Amino acid sequence: MQEKTPPRGRLRTEPSLAAPPGRRLFLRQLAGSAVLGAAAGAAADPLPVPDSAKQLGKPVASSPYGQPARFEANIIRRQSPGLTRTNESSIAFTPLQNLFGIITPNGLHFERDHAGLPDIDPVQHRLAVHGLVAQPKLFSMDDILRLPSVSRLHFIECGANSGMEWGNVAVPTVQFTHGMLSCAEYTGVLLSTVLDAVGVDLKRARYLLAEGADGASLTRTIPLSMALDDALLVYGQNGEMLRPENGYPLRLVVPGVQGVSSVKWLRRLEVGDAPWHTREETLHYSDLMPDGISRQFTWIQEAKSVITSPSAGMTLLDKGGYYEITGLAWSGRGRIKRVDVSTDGGRSWHTARLQEPVLSKALTRFRHDWVWDGTPALLQSRCVDDTGYVQPLLRQLREVRGTRSIYHNNAIQTWQVAADGGVHNVQL
Amino acid sequence: MCSSRLLALGLWLIAASASAAPAWEALGKPLAANEIASWDIDVRPDGVGLPPGHGSVEEGQVVYDTHCASCHGTFGESTDYLALAGGVGSLGTATPQRTVGSKLDYATTLWDYINRAMPFNRSKALSVNEVYAVTAYVLNLNDILPADAVLDERSLPQVEMPNRKGFTQAHGMMRADGKPDVRNTACMKDCLKTPPQVSSALPAGFTHQLYGELGPHFRQFMVAAPAAAAPTPAALAASNGCLACHAAQQTRVGPAFADVARRYAAVADAPAQLRQKVRAGGSGVWGSALMPPQTTVTDAALDQILGWILAGAAAP
Ligand code: HEC
Ligand code: HEC
Repeated sequence: MQEKTPPRGRLRTEPSLAAPPGRRLFLRQLAGSAVLGAAAGAAADPLPVPDSAKQLGKPVASSPYGQPARFEANIIRRQSPGLTRTNESSIAFTPLQNLFGIITPNGLHFERDHAGLPDIDPVQHRLAVHGLVAQPKLFSMDDILRLPSVSRLHFIECGANSGMEWGNVAVPTVQFTHGMLSCAEYTGVLLSTVLDAVGVDLKRARYLLAEGADGASLTRTIPLSMALDDALLVYGQNGEMLRPENGYPLRLVVPGVQGVSSVKWLRRLEVGDAPWHTREETLHYSDLMPDGISRQFTWIQEAKSVITSPSAGMTLLDKGGYYEITGLAWSGRGRIKRVDVSTDGGRSWHTARLQEPVLSKALTRFRHDWVWDGTPALLQSRCVDDTGYVQPLLRQLREVRGTRSIYHNNAIQTWQVAADGGVHNVQL
Repeated sequence: MCSSRLLALGLWLIAASASAAPAWEALGKPLAANEIASWDIDVRPDGVGLPPGHGSVEEGQVVYDTHCASCHGTFGESTDYLALAGGVGSLGTATPQRTVGSKLDYATTLWDYINRAMPFNRSKALSVNEVYAVTAYVLNLNDILPADAVLDERSLPQVEMPNRKGFTQAHGMMRADGKPDVRNTACMKDCLKTPPQVSSALPAGFTHQLYGELGPHFRQFMVAAPAAAAPTPAALAASNGCLACHAAQQTRVGPAFADVARRYAAVADAPAQLRQKVRAGGSGVWGSALMPPQTTVTDAALDQILGWILAGAAAP
């Protein structure tokens, strides 16, 4: 559990010719002088003084809402070509290969819309709470921001994350295999607080219907037990208001549960005594088993992990040498207890370091030191959560669930490192 | 005196209990039944929530042809958008076809979804009767209702869907403490009986064809993507016309790049100085010959070329 000081010198990698030239030059000189200096103590070129050190920079607030450095322009959400029939009912994946730590930057949080991105004025927005309650109520955003608040770190993972890979390898990078996954600090009101404020009828109430204010008016049944436990009515994400893509100005977050339950642009909660069997919990988001029967209300996201670096699409330029293996682990049932890493396709495993904080139903970052010997390798990670559940092999999942269920593929992921340093998505 | 003290205490108690009341419970404005009616559109399998109304298969065909066929196909067969018909009996096969006809367990779900979300580009545009009618028509396209059927709030929940018994809630994923269906063990050593074999990988060319160059998906200065397509600095010098007047080792119209490297070896800001010179052109440093201003080469390419020149202009 304890974080050791990571070894130094990870930037020894020779930059590739595909690198942006300015960046490449900089690193080549950096690396070159370091090597010369170390090797001979001989006459090395003096380090060039960069232009930035000789100029007056731009005034403060040149960018009143800050943007990433211009060199980061390629660090973006992406759609997977051909996955969806329209761009409005579609998915933009988080570039997990580019991220550090456990927090997903707000601009990179994955986006799943069912009828496009609505434009909602928070002054006009209302949340109706009605059904089996003593006093049905309409809340303005002012009302909601005045309610007692909490902040919690949680992951949101779409139930269909990794769903393209049930039968075979289908996509080229971790952005597309696992990028319907994000983690943020959410601020809002415990759903139980709001249910208190309307006097929910605990004798008869069993379920909640959550409905969005988008064109699809997306609806999902939420069991009351989850609603009263840790479900959140959220307006804040990583310190600012939600982004429109993530439900501005108000969304539900049901921790540990497949993402579609965390209804965005939330405008209505109805309390009832039976589930609604909406389209998004019958026709879709239900898991088809080999016998033709669908598992319904597969809410929980079981424990899962993936190595984000090195991962498919990257090339290890030093043929051999030190590489840090790092990735993410999470469980909808609680905390991550342990992550093991294999570099030989599962023959032997080594326990990775877990970065604090290790929180319930949040992403956990793991790291493992690896000295690559330059021969082909098969990288895998395998997590264990605090229920003792061990992340399964794809083969084990298929034996029970076949290959057509779309949802809840939490199998161990394999990345193949070829002798030329190329990293590829493979299944064993 | 005694009584006034008691009175004071009593007042204080009232004040204290008032301020201790959880005032936030009062937030939110009471909502009247008629107010919520326009939002309260959900429908349950038992028919709770269905508004009074009716529509026939025949009327539904008109609604469908006008509002739905353009996307879903004349017979609900569209593969561009979702097909609305077919697949009954296919769910247990190797090629399951999930449609409202083959997978839904209740017809109320179809009504509810069309009512809230369709037509895709103009949701909630249909009247209640039109939703009943087009629901009847879609069920008819699936051979679930006969051509002369009429649906209303009483008959819709009675429709027998082919997949009525096709769902189960007997699984471990409804509750955080549910029992998982797969058990792996955390073996640490000698875990495989046979060496690992790759059973699936992307076919060659697939990624490039669908996703294009993957290079930009990564931070180049960390672990770089394949460099295959990137031109070398020498190639950039050629394609930008520099080699018309320069060569790596011989003096031509302009100085040999190797000579340039030697001259500027100890000049700290050589890249910046030379970038300016090449952009502006000029003469007098190496002789009387003139270098015209080099305006078409991009900043990025020029920096790469100059980096190469200053490093001695070695052959690639
Ligand atoms: C502009 C194109 C368009 C039009 C017009 C349209 N639809 Fe759709 N329909 C879609 C798309 C796209 C989806 C999938 C939405 C999603 O996945 O979230 C869909 C989904 C559906 C579904 C669910 C199918 C499934 O398998 O999940 C039904 C039912 C449906 N439409 C019925 C209708 C009816 C009835 C009409 C006419 C009143 C209509 N649609 C008009 C594009 C359209
Ligand atoms: C039409 C002929 C011509 C072309 C085309 C040309 N150069 Fe030159 N270049 C010259 C001459 C002549 C000089 C010597 C100028 C002087 O003495 O200041 C020179 C000088 C230079 C120098 C040294 C400058 C100094 O002040 O020491 C560099 C570096 C250089 N060129 C790079 C380039 C690059 C890069 C390109 C292509 C983008 C290019 N040149 C294209 C003719 C050319």
